[in-house]
Amino acid sequence: MALEEYKGVFVFAQQVDNVLDGVAFELLGKGKDLANDLGTDVTAVLIGSDVKGLADQLAEYGADKVIVVDDPVLKDYRTEPYAHALASVINEYKPEIVLVGATAIGRDLGPTVSARVKTGLTADCTSLEIGDFPLVAAPGKESEQKHNQLLMTRPAFGGNTIATIACPDNRPQMATVRPGVMQKIAPIQGAKANIVEFNPGFTPNDRYVEILNIVKAVKTTANIMDAKILVSGGRGVGSKENFKLLEDLAEVLGGTVSCSRAVVENGWLPVDLQVGQTGKTVRPQIYFAIGISGAIQHVAGMEDSDLIIAINKDEDAPIFDVADYGLVGDLNKIVPALTAALKAELGK
Amino acid sequence: MNIVVCIKQVPDTKGGVKFNPDGTLDRAAMLAIMNPDDKAGLEAALRIKDETGAKVTVLTMGLPKADAVLREALAMGADDAILVTDRVLGGADTWATSTTIAGALRNLEYDLIITGRQAIDGDTAQVGPQIAEHLGLPVISYAEEIKIDGDSVIVKRQFEDRYHELKAKMPCLITALSELNEPRYMTPGGIFDAFDKEVTVWGRADLKDVDDSDLGLKGSPTKIAKASDKVAKGAGEKVNLDPTESVAYLMGKFKEKHII
Repeated sequence: MALEEYKGVFVFAQQVDNVLDGVAFELLGKGKDLANDLGTDVTAVLIGSDVKGLADQLAEYGADKVIVVDDPVLKDYRTEPYAHALASVINEYKPEIVLVGATAIGRDLGPTVSARVKTGLTADCTSLEIGDFPLVAAPGKESEQKHNQLLMTRPAFGGNTIATIACPDNRPQMATVRPGVMQKIAPIQGAKANIVEFNPGFTPNDRYVEILNIVKAVKTTANIMDAKILVSGGRGVGSKENFKLLEDLAEVLGGTVSCSRAVVENGWLPVDLQVGQTGKTVRPQIYFAIGISGAIQHVAGMEDSDLIIAINKDEDAPIFDVADYGLVGDLNKIVPALTAALKAELGK
Repeated sequence: MNIVVCIKQVPDTKGGVKFNPDGTLDRAAMLAIMNPDDKAGLEAALRIKDETGAKVTVLTMGLPKADAVLREALAMGADDAILVTDRVLGGADTWATSTTIAGALRNLEYDLIITGRQAIDGDTAQVGPQIAEHLGLPVISYAEEIKIDGDSVIVKRQFEDRYHELKAKMPCLITALSELNEPRYMTPGGIFDAFDKEVTVWGRADLKDVDDSDLGLKGSPTKIAKASDKVAKGAGEKVNLDPTESVAYLMGKFKEKHII
């Protein structure tokens, strides 16, 4: 593989129902930084059916070029036609970096494509930069150190270890990136996309699974990743009904209710409200962890919140290790009293 | 019908994480368990076995001590167990791991391969789809529900805001979510039998159609540039007061920080 043939930063611009996902804009923002460091440009890869109209939006968020793969077979996400589309784009245009959102789509598409084009993939990155590999050259082996490498940093072990990964001998260097972590740029109003249309041809076979039905969850609340204040409950809340206490607290503060994985597993709240390693990464201004023990998978998704308040009856609960303020006691008494006190104070 | 379930032995992070005095993770002090998503995948396979009499084989790649999770799977009701272990396989990333497991699977007959969506130590969710890619199989990730329908499977596939009901022709690969089911316990008879059963052990030589250059640390495209155990964020203040005093304390802090 001639590594130097590979040029440019590509971003998979995820869309569902012909609406671009926010992570596409975030990846373009980061992709632009990386492209600047490398002296190259950033290209969005837009895959779907009848999606060309979305290209200008990608230009507004920084895409220098938009490669559009438009085919009726791509209407709804399925692994095979999407993997074929993205892998074909990579083989045709040979980018040095490919970024994909670490969404339920990206975490399926990314591994399939990386295996198909035979390169490495680093999952769920929280930081990306251009640098040297190895970071420090071994004495006498300075000439073996590779420059302009993508250094991909990710949490592992539920956020308790941090690893920086490189992919020095294969191209492209691929990463999935957690939504909500990278910054999008301020949109360039009226920007027009430089569109390149590409269709590799699609021949359905047994790997094209059949979609029998699509069931959309009823939109319960605003996206918890956008919330400034989150009132989050765990197993300790005890029941679905008891989440009323948290809703009342959230309401008085103008916040949103979220939860830990146990709550979703018990069927008390839907999965789109789940915070943590297998849920969403949130960084609100205030995070209440109520009846949440603080398993590292949960902490990984909320520890960067500006202010963390924990309420738990178990004084040894690990959540207190990350809380700025910890209240040991019965949430059934503390939460209503806090709601009442806030109501009185804010009503003044 | 033949089902192969790929499982992994991982350190338990649920029962509390142990730290060394310097704030780094104390892995040695943590129990090794069967990865939760894999266990749900095994349970799904065993339910299909209960209904259809399918044969369930469990396969793991790891150190010799990973034998323990295979015995657990046998005690839950799996029929056969295979341990893939070899020094040359060490240090593998997801590419090299999936290549290895695919090489082992080529020796087996399968209609359905089930893996967990992701393991709680690495959390990459890559190995399942990559095995499918190496074997040229259809893949359905993030399965919440699995039903057999003749020569096909019907799977409820989870996304953030919806699910797709998908139908794939077998053979295919499914990655399971732990939400899929509540895994059964081992039975006393099962435990007894499990320790009498033979676990098949395979090494490098038993992997089919695999190049040495794709295995282990050397065969891994991704390389670790730096790894560090993240030092836990220092705890703040913790109070143990009666509810009224607790609330007064917190309201005081809110005023101090100009939140209210």
